[in-house]
Amino acid sequence: MSASVSTQNDLPPRHPENGSATAKDMLYAWVVQWGSAVVDGVATVGDIALFAWQMLVWIFTRLPQRGTLLINFYQIGVLSLPVVALTGTFIGMVLAVQSYYQFHALGLESHLGVVINTSLVRELGPVLAATMLAGRVGSAMAAVLGTMRVTEQIDALTTMGADPIHYLVVPRFLACIFLIPALTIMADFMGIVGGYFYSVMVLEIDHAAYLTHSRDGVVGFDLFSGVFKSVFFGGMIAVISCYQGFHCKPGAEGVGKAATQAFVYSFVMILAIDLFLNIILDKIYFMMYPSGANIL
Amino acid sequence: MSDSPKQHLIEVRNLDVSFHGQTVLKDINVAIEAGETVAVIGESGCGKTVFMKTIVGLIAPTRGTIHFDGQDLSTLSPAALSDVRRRFGFVFQNAALFDSMTIFDNVAFPMRQSTDAGEDEIHDAVLNHLQEVGLPPTVVSKRPSELSGGMRKRVGIARAIILQPELVVYDEPTTGLDPIMSDVINELMLDVRRRYPVTSVIVTHDMRTAQKVADRVLMFYPRTRLGKGESQVLYDGPPAGLDQSVDERVRQFVRGEAGQRLMEISG
Repeated sequence: MSASVSTQNDLPPRHPENGSATAKDMLYAWVVQWGSAVVDGVATVGDIALFAWQMLVWIFTRLPQRGTLLINFYQIGVLSLPVVALTGTFIGMVLAVQSYYQFHALGLESHLGVVINTSLVRELGPVLAATMLAGRVGSAMAAVLGTMRVTEQIDALTTMGADPIHYLVVPRFLACIFLIPALTIMADFMGIVGGYFYSVMVLEIDHAAYLTHSRDGVVGFDLFSGVFKSVFFGGMIAVISCYQGFHCKPGAEGVGKAATQAFVYSFVMILAIDLFLNIILDKIYFMMYPSGANIL
Repeated sequence: MSDSPKQHLIEVRNLDVSFHGQTVLKDINVAIEAGETVAVIGESGCGKTVFMKTIVGLIAPTRGTIHFDGQDLSTLSPAALSDVRRRFGFVFQNAALFDSMTIFDNVAFPMRQSTDAGEDEIHDAVLNHLQEVGLPPTVVSKRPSELSGGMRKRVGIARAIILQPELVVYDEPTTGLDPIMSDVINELMLDVRRRYPVTSVIVTHDMRTAQKVADRVLMFYPRTRLGKGESQVLYDGPPAGLDQSVDERVRQFVRGEAGQRLMEISG
């Protein structure tokens, strides 16, 4: 007979007849599994940080050619505008539908615009624009770069003396951080318009009262904080998606997984960064406006 | 023997390459002279593609050094390594043409990336090199997906030689092609060598290519099946000597005989 094959990860042999030994083995396996996951997670975060650092070094040393930048700006920014505008409009109308009955019960329906506009400008506009960017552009970036990795096109760039991070990642990153503010403002604007039309045309709230109260609720800092957050969202989407593409595993499954992970990780990071930045921005906001905005 | 040591274009010393703890190449020592055409042969998984990617700096050695024209690649900064790579031409197994670009832009890419040439000069160079590999000017506006495998390979060769490199590396240049197109590619490799003073490294398991094009053949063997203390390079010599090699594994590979590998399927 051949020599015995070693067990997975050289784990100690199981003893099904001995309950305590089995529990110990299971605990050991659990610790090994989770320990390995933590080590992998830390290594991946380190890898992403190095990847982002290399990209930043290129941004400050040599910018890509104008043609490369313009193509990316067009594909990432201009082509995303219609879908962001459409979803923004719907979100504005949904907010009107959701909030109307509570406000109507209190007789405050003319204040509906304040809630819709504040929610959109501070929170929903930037998060929605970033989510659409992650879904439309982030997944596509990961799939394109992943396919380039699998078909050796990234290696081909390297052998021709072109740095793949400089050539492929920097233009995508710049397009995301420079154009996501425009997408955010578009989502804000269309959401405000959608909320206004639904409130005034369908719910028959008085037009003048709606506009008057709306003006009181949103201050310049709200718009600034939404746009400011969006820059971080855009940068994070580009870094995570490009990283996933660059580290894509071979085959169709590898490319599919890279595209999915690009969206999932980007979305999680959008919400995590949103929380973190909101805490900081709120502190600044209440320093500037100690009594808060005049919502009601 | 000459008094002064001979200058090699590529010198590989004590090279080890491992991935996730698995050693693919172990203690490889190879020197390639300028102007030589070397075929690297061996069965799938023997590490020949890893060897080729390591000598052009796409894979970092785990141990050992690669010297190109006297420069140790591992000591170069990324910018200096990019400059050295401009002296290489690389023909990938599946051509690795950029899908998003036309054939013209693919072939023009190295010139636009590495030279200050004007568009007229680039245009002429692209058409000349496409003609050298036997492609008509009408292909320039096509996308890589519109070409056959053989045509894509030829575009890959045109792109690799447009900067007139000192070293051209071919990765499985005839794999996946019909016998006629394989011979066309073999003739093209010979033609490139006739036109330019180029050193070539050809990774292949096509014996016709090795015997027709190479001056020298290196045969690699998978490390996992080597005996203790054996070198991973089983053969290093002229193609004509492969048939008479004292090593049975070399003769079996050249003749395409499964030999002991048959035991894997017969149990």
